[in-house]
Amino acid sequence: MTAALYVEGLEVVFNLFRALKGVSVTVEPGESFGLVGESGSGKSTLLRAIAGLASVASGSIVVNGKTLGRRRDRDFYRQVQMVFQDPYGSLHPRQTVDRLLQEPLAIHSIGDSENRIRRALDEVGLGNGFRFRYSHQLSGGQRQRVAIARALILEPSILLLDEPTSALDASVQAEVLNLLEQVRRDRKLTFLMVSHDLAVINHMCERLMVMQNGDAVEQLAASDLASGRVGQDYTRRLLKASEGFARGRQSPSERNFPELKIKSITKQQGEHDETRPGPGRIERPSA
Amino acid sequence: MNMRATNMGTAGAAGGNLLEVNDLRVTYPTRTNVVHALRGVSFLLGRERLGIVGESGSGKSQTGRAIMGLTAPRAEVTARRLEFDGIDLFAASPRQRRKLRGKRIAMILQDPKYSLDPVMTIGRQILETLRTHEKVSKAEARERVLDMLAAVQIRDPKRVYGLHPHEVSGGMGQRAMIAMMLVAGPELLIADEPTSALDVTVQLEVLGILDQLVAERGMGLIFISHDLRLVSTFCDRVIVMYAGKVVEELKASELSQAKHPYTQGLLNCMPKIGSDRHPLPVLARKAEWAA
Repeated sequence: MTAALYVEGLEVVFNLFRALKGVSVTVEPGESFGLVGESGSGKSTLLRAIAGLASVASGSIVVNGKTLGRRRDRDFYRQVQMVFQDPYGSLHPRQTVDRLLQEPLAIHSIGDSENRIRRALDEVGLGNGFRFRYSHQLSGGQRQRVAIARALILEPSILLLDEPTSALDASVQAEVLNLLEQVRRDRKLTFLMVSHDLAVINHMCERLMVMQNGDAVEQLAASDLASGRVGQDYTRRLLKASEGFARGRQSPSERNFPELKIKSITKQQGEHDETRPGPGRIERPSA
Repeated sequence: MNMRATNMGTAGAAGGNLLEVNDLRVTYPTRTNVVHALRGVSFLLGRERLGIVGESGSGKSQTGRAIMGLTAPRAEVTARRLEFDGIDLFAASPRQRRKLRGKRIAMILQDPKYSLDPVMTIGRQILETLRTHEKVSKAEARERVLDMLAAVQIRDPKRVYGLHPHEVSGGMGQRAMIAMMLVAGPELLIADEPTSALDVTVQLEVLGILDQLVAERGMGLIFISHDLRLVSTFCDRVIVMYAGKVVEELKASELSQAKHPYTQGLLNCMPKIGSDRHPLPVLARKAEWAA
């Protein structure tokens, strides 16, 4: 069986900053694969590179057995759709939900839009009453449902999810995660999901990859994560951090998380690790 | 550490309450009717760490802002009692309140990207706070700012002093914000989602610093957050808000024994590592919670 998504040695360079340093991932059809890491780890960049939103410096991306070129063709976008983090920013403020859902259908010249829109809205748990509303008339959770409906209306096989619930309240997050799980089951979708929340990834995905500074730290199964069988210190630290603030569990001398700090310095000695990518931080792509 | 332990039990007994909020209400008039943002919030605060948790729209930030005196002017704020260290905040003149703000009550905001002045260096912003509230010479003020930056564990205070906010990372910006809020030595610190914009690991670093400084200085802390897990591990006491009201108040350590269905629902609907619940339980809101 060919992999749904096969990424090999992917490099993304912004100006001289290497955002992705040769990352490889294989996602099987029907699998849900998670990407975790801190901001700047390149997890979103990987997703955007696959979607064609970030230009690829080197490496290859194969979707359902087809190697992607520089330009993505229309077929690609029918197979691969993306849901973005910020439901407030990813919907056109001056288009009704109906108009938003028409657009992908028009682009791909798919008829029967009336029924499709109705079905798509039903599927994400929004009634027909939402069809002629503007996005500002919706709550954050409802907006994210519209964004999911927009992605699903083309009946893709792969869904790229970039922090789909991090802008939502915990209770709404549960609803959206349940919805995503259900559509995945119903349509046998392949998920590639980015989140900074280890618990969300552990809940949603079978396998995951931990990233740091544009590199893959390790790949592991969700069950390994749950039982604490992790190979790298970095992953262990993320795991510990996700448990919340720990005051009692450490002696006063360990306060302020010296271990955390030392690790974040491992970026590279001499870099301004506390400031944004300044001149000292730029890495030249290896020739 | 010791001081905190004793404070926990005797909050309110020794030296009275730092803050008393009784039946605080905030309403916003709109064109057609009024929106009740807060509908009778009451709590007491000693020199302890109090967490306020709730979803967006529950009024948790409005509570913090009303105590600070930063509610929008068109809103109507009423309370049976709103006292800070014996000072009736309603009777206080705007001038008095301005004096309190920053000096005795300080507030940390969510995102350093938006809450720091983009055209002023970090050092000067902190300096401004200090010199507004205390008569100190320039040289001495600068020393104190540098000390403060060091206290929030910025390794090279001199360099950071001269940087603009866009030149530092989120975690660093938030530390600068904490430094700014603590430099005048406030007694009550209101932290409104202080770490929500930060990465998990950085989050813990910043919380560690905050925790240490609050304990060292014996401040009262109101920690506003939507993250129940974080609050329960960081605070002594937790207030849970829903639709502008307090629905439950409990010790942070006893959060798992919460009685109110809303609190239980909030705790339940979060995915946990190691538990396999598909689908996740969803919060079923009941109309009577908002009654």
